[in-house]
Amino acid sequence: MELVHKQHPLARRPFQQDRKTVRPLLARPASEALFLFLARFIIVSALLVLLLLVGSVVYDGFSRLSLSFLTSFPSRKAENAGILAAWTGSAWLLILTILFALPLGVGAAVYLEEYAKKSRTTRIIELCIANLAGVPSVIYGLLGLQIFVRALSFERSVLSGSLTLALLVLPIIIMASREALRTVPKGYREGALALGATRWQATWTQVLPVALPGIATGCILAFSRAIGETAPLITLGALTYVAQVPDSVFAPFTALPIQAFNWLSRPQPEFHVNAAAAITVLLIFMIALNLIAIVLRSKFQRRQR
Amino acid sequence: MTRNSRKALRIKERIIELLLSLCSSVSVLTTLGIIAVLSIESIFFFQEVSLTQLLFDTEWTPLFLDKHFGIWPLIAGTVLTSAIALALSVPAGLVIAVYVSEFAHERTRAVLKPILELLAGIPTIVYGYFALLVITPALQVIFPTMGSFNALSAGIAMGVMILPMMASLSEDAIYTVPKSLREGAYALGASKLQMIISAVLPGAVGGITAAVILSAARAVGETMIVAIAAGQQPLFHFNPLQPVETMTAYIVQVSLGDTPHGTLEYHTLFAVAMMLFLLTMILNIVSLRIRERYKRMYR
Repeated sequence: MELVHKQHPLARRPFQQDRKTVRPLLARPASEALFLFLARFIIVSALLVLLLLVGSVVYDGFSRLSLSFLTSFPSRKAENAGILAAWTGSAWLLILTILFALPLGVGAAVYLEEYAKKSRTTRIIELCIANLAGVPSVIYGLLGLQIFVRALSFERSVLSGSLTLALLVLPIIIMASREALRTVPKGYREGALALGATRWQATWTQVLPVALPGIATGCILAFSRAIGETAPLITLGALTYVAQVPDSVFAPFTALPIQAFNWLSRPQPEFHVNAAAAITVLLIFMIALNLIAIVLRSKFQRRQR
Repeated sequence: MTRNSRKALRIKERIIELLLSLCSSVSVLTTLGIIAVLSIESIFFFQEVSLTQLLFDTEWTPLFLDKHFGIWPLIAGTVLTSAIALALSVPAGLVIAVYVSEFAHERTRAVLKPILELLAGIPTIVYGYFALLVITPALQVIFPTMGSFNALSAGIAMGVMILPMMASLSEDAIYTVPKSLREGAYALGASKLQMIISAVLPGAVGGITAAVILSAARAVGETMIVAIAAGQQPLFHFNPLQPVETMTAYIVQVSLGDTPHGTLEYHTLFAVAMMLFLLTMILNIVSLRIRERYKRMYR
């Protein structure tokens, strides 16, 4: 669908012009006015909800944010509790997930776009990817529990957590990278091949650099989803009370959303404030990631021009 | 180029191609892994609990002394919260999609699309927080008898979460409707809204159905919102003001309880997950099929 959009920019809104020229002669029917009112009302409400959604959390949690909140371990007293273990755990998870998922995802996308011929095998791979994208995240947690925690006995470690998250975001990365690779004009490949480059040389030196901003944007969106994921880590058996900063990939861990969930499921309102503060830190993490995506994209786009 | 170096290059190419194909096989392995893990543990479950018990008992109490294994309370909870979510997100998403594709200026569209994406990228724990601490207190003003955990708040939060996906997928579907259909309706003297109702929406019905099904799959699989805000009591009812437990929330509940490996409680996790997996997979495949068929139709 994206492709069509790019090929025919003018085919997009054929009746926009009509509206300008014809409308003054005909009054807008009441039904149409009603629809427009309804549509705008829904959109404005959705925007307000978005504001309220993020606003309520940040408003509740902002006062709790302090250096000691960031540098303390969880505690039974709400005012002493902090998120040191949680944010370091999330950072470990993020880095390891990128290390695992990025090469695998981009590799798979390159294979499917640049190498694979249309065959039954390719079709099966594509079907698996499309299906995996729709599998609920709790189920990935159970997969991780059986495979990484038990069968490979990585225990409930950062390694198990990040491998699980890597599998979870893999379909998203593959789909985004394929989309990016598809936008690279054929001429880039054919030019390189005509000059005697091998397929890999053409891909590595011509296609990938051009597709990079698109791949980077898609991947960063996927990774920002990964650090917000709670359910798979809970089913994996990630601990909710951890009083240590992970010092190796085999260390037990907790993560920001898990800590927030733990505090949120307690009845005392003071802990809810802690949860809001932890979520605020999580949101700051994600905004930072998205900013990197935007900067990367604009930088690469400029270089190409 | 000497013959040897050319040969080396060819071998290198083969190795790279092999590595890349291995990367893409990970997806197949993951799929097989999920199916294997869920089936093996479910078999253990069905060794102790019969299928009739699962389907004809109306209580779900595997964690109590008096164990019952009727799946219906969990299905009722899942269906209830998902239905509330869809009742909110499907009409709203459709209206947004029609507005964005048929009425909005290019500029409005350019602003709206990223905002929808932003809304879709917010972690679900934020929605859970919102449902528990904002929506529920607000609804308690209207329904004073409502408990602090209930299906309605969770469903509403889930509806907001699904809305961007629903809107964006329906917009894609509406966009694929060919120009000729619109022009035909206009030529017959239809007003713009008549044109949309009689030409665009019927033309996009496949894509819109696919969008609804995909949204349903997403709602069924959503975990944190229901685990936080819907309560964790497997009660068999369809009252939105009462607490419910969904299949996903049950999985979270058992996982938090640190159930020992190999017990019947542990196996229930996988049996429930198997149901969930089958349900979402069927929804996803149906949606995929519909989308593919309609894509071909307009090509």
